[in-house]
Amino acid sequence: MLSRTADNLFWLSRYVERADFVARILDAAHRFASLPTNYDGGESNEWDSALASAGDPDAFKTHYSAVNADTVCDFLAFSPHNPSSIRSCIEAARENARSVRTALTTEMWDAINGAWLELRNYAGKDLNRDEFGRFLDWVKTVSLTFDGSAFRTMLRNDAFWFTRLGTAVERADNTARILDVKYQILLPHDETVGGSLDYFQWTTILREVSAFNAYHWVYRESIKPLLVADLLMLNKQMPRSFANCYGVIVEYLDLIADAYGRRGPSQRLAGNMLAKLEGEDIDRVFASGLHEFVEAFIAENNKVGEAIAKQYLVG
Amino acid sequence: MRIRVVHETIYTYEQPARGLVQVLRLTPRDHDGQYVRAWRIDTTVDGRLTAREDGFGNIVHWFTPDEPSDAVTIRVTGEVDTDDTHGVLRGTIERLPDEFYLRDTDLCAASPELHAFAEQVAAAGDAAALALLHRLMGAVHGAVAYEPGPATSAVPAAKAFAAGRGVCQDLAHVFIAAARHIGIPARYAAGYRARDDGQADVEAPHGWVEALVPDLGWVAFDPCFDVSPSDNHIRVASGLDYLGAAPIRGSRTGGGTETLDVKLRVEQGRAAAQS
Amino acid sequence: MAVTAFDEMNGIGAADPAAVRDAYGQLKSWLESTPPEHFNTRRSQAELLFRRIGITFAVYGDNESTERLIPFDIIPRVITKPEWAFLERGLKQRVTAINLFLKDVYGAQDCIKAGIIPADLVYRNAHYRMEMRSFRVPHDLYVHIAGIDIVRTGENDFFVLEDNARIPSGVSYMLENREVMLRLFPDLFSKHRVAPVENYPDALLATLRSLAPSTATRDPTVVLLTPGRFNSAFYEHSFLADKLGVELVEASDLFTKDDVVYMRTTEGPRRVDVIYRRLDDDFLDPLVFRPDSVLGVPGLMNAYERGSVTLANAVGTGISDDKAVYSYMPEIVKFFTGEEPILHNVPTYRCREKDAFAYVMDNLSELVVKEVNGSGGYGMLVGPHASKRELDDFARKLRHAPDGFIAQPTLSLSTCPTFVASGVAPRHVDLRPFVLNGADQIRIVPGGLTRVALKEGSLVVNSSQGGGTKDTWVLDA
Repeated sequence: MLSRTADNLFWLSRYVERADFVARILDAAHRFASLPTNYDGGESNEWDSALASAGDPDAFKTHYSAVNADTVCDFLAFSPHNPSSIRSCIEAARENARSVRTALTTEMWDAINGAWLELRNYAGKDLNRDEFGRFLDWVKTVSLTFDGSAFRTMLRNDAFWFTRLGTAVERADNTARILDVKYQILLPHDETVGGSLDYFQWTTILREVSAFNAYHWVYRESIKPLLVADLLMLNKQMPRSFANCYGVIVEYLDLIADAYGRRGPSQRLAGNMLAKLEGEDIDRVFASGLHEFVEAFIAENNKVGEAIAKQYLVG
Repeated sequence: MRIRVVHETIYTYEQPARGLVQVLRLTPRDHDGQYVRAWRIDTTVDGRLTAREDGFGNIVHWFTPDEPSDAVTIRVTGEVDTDDTHGVLRGTIERLPDEFYLRDTDLCAASPELHAFAEQVAAAGDAAALALLHRLMGAVHGAVAYEPGPATSAVPAAKAFAAGRGVCQDLAHVFIAAARHIGIPARYAAGYRARDDGQADVEAPHGWVEALVPDLGWVAFDPCFDVSPSDNHIRVASGLDYLGAAPIRGSRTGGGTETLDVKLRVEQGRAAAQS
Repeated sequence: MAVTAFDEMNGIGAADPAAVRDAYGQLKSWLESTPPEHFNTRRSQAELLFRRIGITFAVYGDNESTERLIPFDIIPRVITKPEWAFLERGLKQRVTAINLFLKDVYGAQDCIKAGIIPADLVYRNAHYRMEMRSFRVPHDLYVHIAGIDIVRTGENDFFVLEDNARIPSGVSYMLENREVMLRLFPDLFSKHRVAPVENYPDALLATLRSLAPSTATRDPTVVLLTPGRFNSAFYEHSFLADKLGVELVEASDLFTKDDVVYMRTTEGPRRVDVIYRRLDDDFLDPLVFRPDSVLGVPGLMNAYERGSVTLANAVGTGISDDKAVYSYMPEIVKFFTGEEPILHNVPTYRCREKDAFAYVMDNLSELVVKEVNGSGGYGMLVGPHASKRELDDFARKLRHAPDGFIAQPTLSLSTCPTFVASGVAPRHVDLRPFVLNGADQIRIVPGGLTRVALKEGSLVVNSSQGGGTKDTWVLDA
């Protein structure tokens, strides 16, 4: 397969996944912001943290003066100046799709091209709260349709594998970004601080990754920060956890290596990461520093992405 | 005259440049009045350097470094003995029919003004080709002021003519466009020129013109100095225009901004007195 | 001007509604027995099918989707077996001669020495590439894929209008038109023995593989090089790459190393042996041709000259598709094949010649005048259809640069029944068969692209000028 084709497929999936992630962050921020504003005794910092998780605060500052629901929603959803805005993601995904039109199935193309066409019904319009909510739901449907069509229609060959790799690498990064911004909430602190607000914050994290129900199914107990972190990082059942993403990455990198008859740095790096995650224990992670662990993971995940690019996508 | 040339072209890149390919027209051939005593091309990075002859009869090297590199120097050193033939070229390798040199190129594209200029020069005196071409050389020399500078600033002939000034490529292109318009096959010649004042340091390689004179053959004209080249020119390559005879054409991927530095010495050697 | 055109269905007796040529018997009764609403339904179905079949490639939602929407006419154009046999012989002869001509102008130049064609017409032509003089192309083949435009004016009168020997396009329409017709009118096919065109991709691939240089393995790597998705023919490039089962590459997918061309793949660099390039000479290699080309592969020409890769078509074939050179084609055919040309040229006045120029100026309103370097129906004057003002304007252009023009009598192109707003009516057509010239044999898939001028009386069939296409049926019996 042409390196360019693999590159386009990889990034197509990454951008679709990122659009979905940004939509979830915005959705959760809205939920959180709908709490009574005096709950924590002042302005909610939820929009700051949404911005930090899903965007580049520096880029934001050059285009907006204040951080609030309107500006952050605009920046993260529609801003052409934000390369990770939902709009930019859908446009970039469609650009990549267009370049590899013949490597996609009709269904995949329809999913992404249809989304690109439909985007015009939202972008640049003055949406009220309900409309914006419908927009976010729609974005999540796009990624579901795209993933579903890829899963249901693609041949199981390297084209499919690179598509899945893009999704998994992006997804791991996204989960890590949420934790990177909110790790403090999960750290044990004074009992007096704990309470309804903490509970809301923990559930917000879970909602951001659609794991609110999953949490209960997996742990069958009330929400505890340690277990929230475990679910998002080490639990292999959870599709967005580090461990699950790396299970997927290793699986598809191995399939590629077998098909091509060569293994390389990306297999090595991803394999090491998976082994590390599988051997890890959440108490130990907390003991040695949650934030450090997440930061190290983000850096390692980037390295894996770079290794995949170097080994396969640049040529 | 014996002329020694040391010509270094130094490319530096912000980051290592990948996929570097360079086409070098840097090797002169012998003809009557030009004998190449010694000539070599060296590069500062390892790579493949292969020579072949192009359609014009020039020696062309294709150079591809083995590894990405953030600096490449192409170093040419050589020694050539020259005689003054008053610009008349004999013994050059001619691979193409004369008509070929009547063809328009982008760089030699003329304008109505340039056409009128050529027609005026043609009508202004002796119609014999040699006399006419000398007249044309003088007229180009007068109409376009020569400003020494790098070849990279060359523009199409019509533009240079309108500007009224240019580098040696520009004057050559104006001459060529005018000559072709009045039906005289003409071409670009690239090479080196030793300075009249004996100074060895030269800013850049030189370019001039060759035009076809019935019964005499190709004759060289240097509109920058309004003379037919004597024994102080070394002819390296020829083409329809500068692009076809350019000393170096290159391509790369990545590497960021490129910096180009040329160091050139064209020195009249000690043996000059003996020859 | 009332020209009585030869009608493909009715013959010369276009005026006689009862007349019909044998090959069209079934079709005519089908046309007469089918209610007009039925055609309308089928036509919109065709439209839908094109979107569906073409959907794999067409990028709808963009302006470029208009590229695909060249009108398709559902009434096929029929060519009999003997007619095709004649055309086929003529095409083979013509392409053989063109190839020998190219080999000669880049080699011995005998035809110029023998005075068959004026030297300056060749050497001063921008499409004559001096780079091609210093080496021999693999198998001595220059033109591998040609689209020869043919017009018909009578029962037995076929003329070559243009030799497209650079990067002829349109073959995807030939294939898709057939596909759509098979789906829409299976009954019609059961009443005719129509020669298949579906094997064109196989024939093209076999041709391309046969061209591989001697350094290639027994399983040569063939790629299709496209200028990219902003090119107007990108649809066809991706369509063909898909049908051929070869990679559709852009310049950035290729690189050269040590005189060899490689493509960047997920499995590492892979050596490329044959490049079916749909990119003009000028853009192929920025180190040799236009230095500003970002569509080309630096070093490609070096690899080509070293014989490690085949370009199809070869560089420099444009010289044979020049309209001034065209006018010498009958002599060229005779000179190189020793035979009389089977297919005739349209008589052509070369405005560069004084007498011809005078004649053209005196008879401008009767002639079709074309720019030597023009294409796509642009820069062309159809005298009988031009206004006084257009004639005057063109006369001025001609006087200014006579060398740039040729003129031809206004041919009354044959007509074919075509479905138009007012019902079924005759419209002028031409034919572009595709000739594949391989190292092993010449292959011509029976059929081609029939282009039809949809405007009543119009003689310009180019899609850019309101032309449409038809399926072309070559009858096997």
